[in-house]
Amino acid sequence: MSIETSATIGRFGPFGGRYVPETLVPALLELEEAYTAARADPAFGKQVAQVLKEFVGRETPLTPAHRLTAAWGGAQVWLKREDLAHTGAHKINNTIGQVLLALRMGKKRIIAETGAGQHGVATATACALFGLPCEVYMGALDVERQALNVFRMRALGATVRPVELGSKTLKDAMNEAMRTWVSQVQDTHYVIGSAAGPHPYPTIVRDFQAIIGQEVRKQSQALFGQLPDAIIACVGGGSNAIGVLHPFVGDKQVRLVGVEAGGHGLHTKQHGASLTLGTEGVLHGSRSLVLQDEHGQIQEAHSISAGLDYPGVGPELAFLVKTGRMEIRTATDDEALQAFYEVSRSEGILPALETSHAFARGAELARELGKGKHLVINCSGRGDKDVATIAARGIPAAITGNKS
Amino acid sequence: MSGEIAAAFAKAKARGEGALVAYAMAGDPDLPRSVDVFAAMVEGGADILEIGVAFSDPIADGPVIQEASERALKAGASLKRVLNEVVPEVRKRCPETPLVVMTYINVVMAMGEEKYAKLAREKGISGTILPDLPPEESSGIRATFDAAGLDLIPLCAPTTPPARAEAIARDARGFVYCVSVAGVTGMRSELPVDLSSRLELVRKASPVPITAGFGISTAEQARTIGAHADGVVVGSALVRAAHADGPAAARQLCAEIKRGLKR
Repeated sequence: MSIETSATIGRFGPFGGRYVPETLVPALLELEEAYTAARADPAFGKQVAQVLKEFVGRETPLTPAHRLTAAWGGAQVWLKREDLAHTGAHKINNTIGQVLLALRMGKKRIIAETGAGQHGVATATACALFGLPCEVYMGALDVERQALNVFRMRALGATVRPVELGSKTLKDAMNEAMRTWVSQVQDTHYVIGSAAGPHPYPTIVRDFQAIIGQEVRKQSQALFGQLPDAIIACVGGGSNAIGVLHPFVGDKQVRLVGVEAGGHGLHTKQHGASLTLGTEGVLHGSRSLVLQDEHGQIQEAHSISAGLDYPGVGPELAFLVKTGRMEIRTATDDEALQAFYEVSRSEGILPALETSHAFARGAELARELGKGKHLVINCSGRGDKDVATIAARGIPAAITGNKS
Repeated sequence: MSGEIAAAFAKAKARGEGALVAYAMAGDPDLPRSVDVFAAMVEGGADILEIGVAFSDPIADGPVIQEASERALKAGASLKRVLNEVVPEVRKRCPETPLVVMTYINVVMAMGEEKYAKLAREKGISGTILPDLPPEESSGIRATFDAAGLDLIPLCAPTTPPARAEAIARDARGFVYCVSVAGVTGMRSELPVDLSSRLELVRKASPVPITAGFGISTAEQARTIGAHADGVVVGSALVRAAHADGPAAARQLCAEIKRGLKR
């Protein structure tokens, strides 16, 4: 036997691959094989689709945003309502799929990492539904910031393990989950929530999230008789973005736009803009664009949103940006907050802080497109989990003055 | 192939001993004092030094080495500074001992693979261990290292199936690093019972010496494992000893483990 080379395994151009300790390689090979078989098995696809319909509440609507459309004065704005999926975000699409895959593989327990807690809640939910024990690793800082989601995970029967190392955020939670997986790899499946990590995870997560874009395709044809002119999504690790954008990669007339965390501003180093300012590197098992210093040390990312302060990004998105297929922009913490209030007040929807970044770039994009065009914003999750963070800052006077 | 590594194993064997590959983190607690730790380990009997270069996100390491990485990064231990400031000093004080760098692929990528291979070799490094670079990802870098005369030392895990383990061993440079437990680096009170048969399988296939590491902290464990390998790698136990009690403690632990490796 000779060991194959990396030329094509799980690669998106130069990105992707499988950079993990040897201990994990056999598990990743097993996962790849099991997933390939599951994907080819119509019964598995039917099972996933059925749970998504009966339990998650799919399909989620494509809602016209009339008041935003009027206020922005450009393209017709449509919201893909992942906030209406069970547990309040798109994350559940992937965890249902992966937990069913784990059951198929005969795994006895599940571990996961989480940043904002949405993926943790979604994993805990899928585990409760199918009766598997679940452990979620979460940065200690995020445990503090996202108390509501910590409670939800515990209520669902999951064990939350706060990670006190490093920046105490998502990147450290992912390190710790990987370390745990290395020692428990035989009977444990690690449910990664971002379209990141070693091959085959970026592909698995993308495939399970692609249902978002597939529904948008169908719905846009039905609602306005054509594909959207542009689709915009926030990007942390990138699971909602790749999910809504991937089905349109071949449709050159559809503009694909990602919005990253600009944090305190790109000049400050306190941001999460790895597609905008990252350089090629290896983090958490895949080669992609990462925020790092000249010595290859990973930088701590910052965002008001716990789901976006990740210094890496999924390899497929890095590829789409590098090849020019996808546009990338950023929104600062303040712009996201402003967008949060704007959307809440004009559409009656409290968007997650992650999603608020996508909205923050919505106005300019709507105007760039112009009237008669159609813009879809992926409403990746709802903002209930963020209200404590946002309320702690107080409602800005400018907003109260304008709207109350 | 560097040749120095094979020579060190042969020397230990001629003395009737298994080889001790001793790990410490360069820059822990600071750059000069880590040189003292490396020198002390050689005084204690270490046959090969493994020089840890810190990475911010060390997924293959347990808490002891992870915390050492954080201290080293605070002390400014970049790969460049380790090669330019730590390695030459260690060479000076331990001219006979082969030096091996252990770090993560991103650190090497940031410097550039070719640039690293050339600089490392120039400074007297014989080999490199990259725990997050499995064979599927390493063919390119191995060719670069081969051209520079730097050994890319492969790892083999308890979860590695036999055919794969044999393939890894057959292609090995320097020595094969057999990870003794499924897990991260760190001390263990007990080692797996089926370890010896796995080590024998790798030994049969490998043209170079084989070592076992991860979890070894006592002379007794070194004796048990040393019977089935050409040497052992000790990391976390030495890092902890040096951090708690300084270079002398690392010297003493090396001497103790060497006693366990006498045949």
